[in-house]
Amino acid sequence: MAVEEVESRLLAYGHTACAGCGEALAARTVIEAAGPDVIIANATGCLEVFTTRFPRSAWRVPWIHSLFENAASVASGIEVALKALERSDEAKVIAQAGDGGTADIGMGAFSGMLERGHDILYVCYDTEVYSNTGFQRSGLTPLYAHTTTSPAGELTWGNATRKKDLPSIAVDHGAVYVATASVGYPQDITRKVKKALSLSGPKYIQIHCPCVPGWGIESHMTIRVARAAVNSGLIPLFEIVEGNIIGVRKIKEDERVSVEEYMKLQKRFSHVLKSPRGKDLIRQVQSIANLNIEKFGLLGINE
Amino acid sequence: MKQVFGIVVQPGTSREEKKTGWRVFRPKFKQEACIGCRNCHMFCPDGAVYRIDKKKFDADLDACKGCGICAEMCPVDDIEMLLERN
Amino acid sequence: MKAIMEGSQAVAQVVSLCKPNVVCAYPITPQTHIVERLAILHSEGKLKAGFVLAESEHSAASIVLGASATGARSYTATSSQGLLLMTEVMFNIAGMRLPVVMTVANRAVSAPINIWNDQQDSMSLRDCGWIQMYAEDVQEACDMHIQAFRIAEELNIPVMVCMDGFVLTHSMEVVDIPSQDEVDEILPPFAPSYFLTPKDPVTLGSMAGPDAYMEIRMLLHKAMKDAPRVIQDVSDEFEEKTGRHQGGLLDPYELEDAEIVLVSMGSLLGTMKDVVDQLRDEGYPIGILKVRTTRPFPREKFHDLLCNARAVAVLEKDISLGLEGILCSEIRSAFCRAAKTPNISSFIVGLGGRDVREDDIRNIAISMFENDSCRVEFVGINKEALAAAHWRAEDYTECISTDVCPKPEKGDS
Repeated sequence: MAVEEVESRLLAYGHTACAGCGEALAARTVIEAAGPDVIIANATGCLEVFTTRFPRSAWRVPWIHSLFENAASVASGIEVALKALERSDEAKVIAQAGDGGTADIGMGAFSGMLERGHDILYVCYDTEVYSNTGFQRSGLTPLYAHTTTSPAGELTWGNATRKKDLPSIAVDHGAVYVATASVGYPQDITRKVKKALSLSGPKYIQIHCPCVPGWGIESHMTIRVARAAVNSGLIPLFEIVEGNIIGVRKIKEDERVSVEEYMKLQKRFSHVLKSPRGKDLIRQVQSIANLNIEKFGLLGINE
Repeated sequence: MKQVFGIVVQPGTSREEKKTGWRVFRPKFKQEACIGCRNCHMFCPDGAVYRIDKKKFDADLDACKGCGICAEMCPVDDIEMLLERN
Repeated sequence: MKAIMEGSQAVAQVVSLCKPNVVCAYPITPQTHIVERLAILHSEGKLKAGFVLAESEHSAASIVLGASATGARSYTATSSQGLLLMTEVMFNIAGMRLPVVMTVANRAVSAPINIWNDQQDSMSLRDCGWIQMYAEDVQEACDMHIQAFRIAEELNIPVMVCMDGFVLTHSMEVVDIPSQDEVDEILPPFAPSYFLTPKDPVTLGSMAGPDAYMEIRMLLHKAMKDAPRVIQDVSDEFEEKTGRHQGGLLDPYELEDAEIVLVSMGSLLGTMKDVVDQLRDEGYPIGILKVRTTRPFPREKFHDLLCNARAVAVLEKDISLGLEGILCSEIRSAFCRAAKTPNISSFIVGLGGRDVREDDIRNIAISMFENDSCRVEFVGINKEALAAAHWRAEDYTECISTDVCPKPEKGDS
């Protein structure tokens, strides 16, 4: 019997996530911020598989998994049912899915949920790859990342496309609250989840979560890698309320890293660093970070 | 609530099957130099680290998978990763 | 109260009387009039439900799934491509034992795209774990929805009420719409056996590995096998309370001394009954077996009701390409080792809205008296159109099977 604090967590231990899993930490942080009075609709993916292998479950909150692409729709049904049954005070509704379940196969359902204005917090755990099926490319895989379906080869340098800009898509649907977060900064996740749940209407939080086997990192490096992504400018952390940016996480001068330093931490970019074209490829990735730094004003100090 | 085999699963039951056999290393909380930053507590993916006091934490080895994040993120090197002996 | 109403309007009215908590759908012809009518009832405050317009059928089904899992009586409706788009959710709803009720306005399946009636859509989903019921006319479609909610909620199995697109959804009929009290008496408020609530935070939809999946699927099969009793009881109770005969799973018509039996489901039965009445007047020993429920498949009942016939003609608006009519194959399974086996033939009729005329049915019936072989035929094929496409008359014979189960040669047995 473990100690009481550990025994009582809303996402219980004993699940089968990899050691050092970024998504497991992000999910635990989200549910601990949200509290017990929630109902979760979860998409198919690592989080679903590692928490609910029959006959056991790691969840201590009401939780349902249906399919890969329909977490937003199932959550919509839950929210409408709670209203119809006059049980809305009972629970907040959270939908959660990975990057593939949100940006690719679940895009239609995600759009429908936002557009209909349901009172739901949708959380996307962005591991930048289809982790559960063995690290295939998704619409949120970054430029030049090697995945099992965007392999680096003689003619290719990994994934040839940039990350789909999902937060902007959510904003353009009129979501009341849109934020990005990183598992490197759990307190920031906690604050954003609490804030989102205090608002009524559709909310979206995208949490950047390193995937230990998918990115080719050591299990103890999850937080370091997550922070490097933020501090390189590749993963800007911001909050948008009713279309207006109300806050960004500034990159502290002594914590700032180049994208090359960030890429060096992960095997998925090792081909870039070895390639004769490496300098050019890195420059392209650096320009994405630079654009983010400019667009969101990531340098300097908070006003 | 009705129990239906294969359909309705009871909450928090994952604890019945520990994943401690996965560990290659186990954390040893030296509890000497702790400054109470809570990094170990906050960053544990399995929620294995618990608070004993403001500046005293430990890992519950029933829940720990030995990822080493706590030791990596400890700013004062107060957590050591030891090789599991079994 | 009796009124002349369009099928869709009548069904929407009755669904509303069933007091669903959540209604969600996506428009597709010929289901649209049902959902439009529900939208009006909702806008007038007569349908007191959460009314959601989904962005696809896949999401419509997922929304009623989520609503049902939260303890809401939930309803949706679709057709054809919409039903196929819902397919994986259909399996999911059944696998999670959620008592959703759905209307399928039966329509052909693409390609070629065709909005008219046949039953390929629902028959293609026969293995998804839903109870499937087929209505003969608008009155039955209405009554079947009340029974469907009751059956679904008693068994925790979803129910699909199939009504022929256009033929029933868009035709005007005299319908007896029950009063709210009458519906309430048959359909008590939904008392879900499990649902999502923080007060008892269960996990639904977990992953089962090779160690458990098969047992869980077997138990779903068992639940389905328990369904015939409930379907029959609810049908009998409905008849007792309303005076309207419903027939449960199968309903015989002029079957007692029938040598030839015509089998079908849905709106075709009305025309078939007229033809059989005429043939009976002419002295032919012929009857009809109306199929009201295809899942669960009442195999023993089929056997008992058909074993005394000399031959059985199954008329159906669907086909398992490369085999024969789906219902026909299933009926054959009732006679796998029977002492007495009728010759069973498959007649594919009315695909994609092709008219099935009295003469077509009469010709099939008469041919059954004259030709004893087990065969697969397409009825009402336009041979001129085929000729225009450079088909020879004999090519048609390649599309049919004249003797699928040849009689054993003498001495073979």
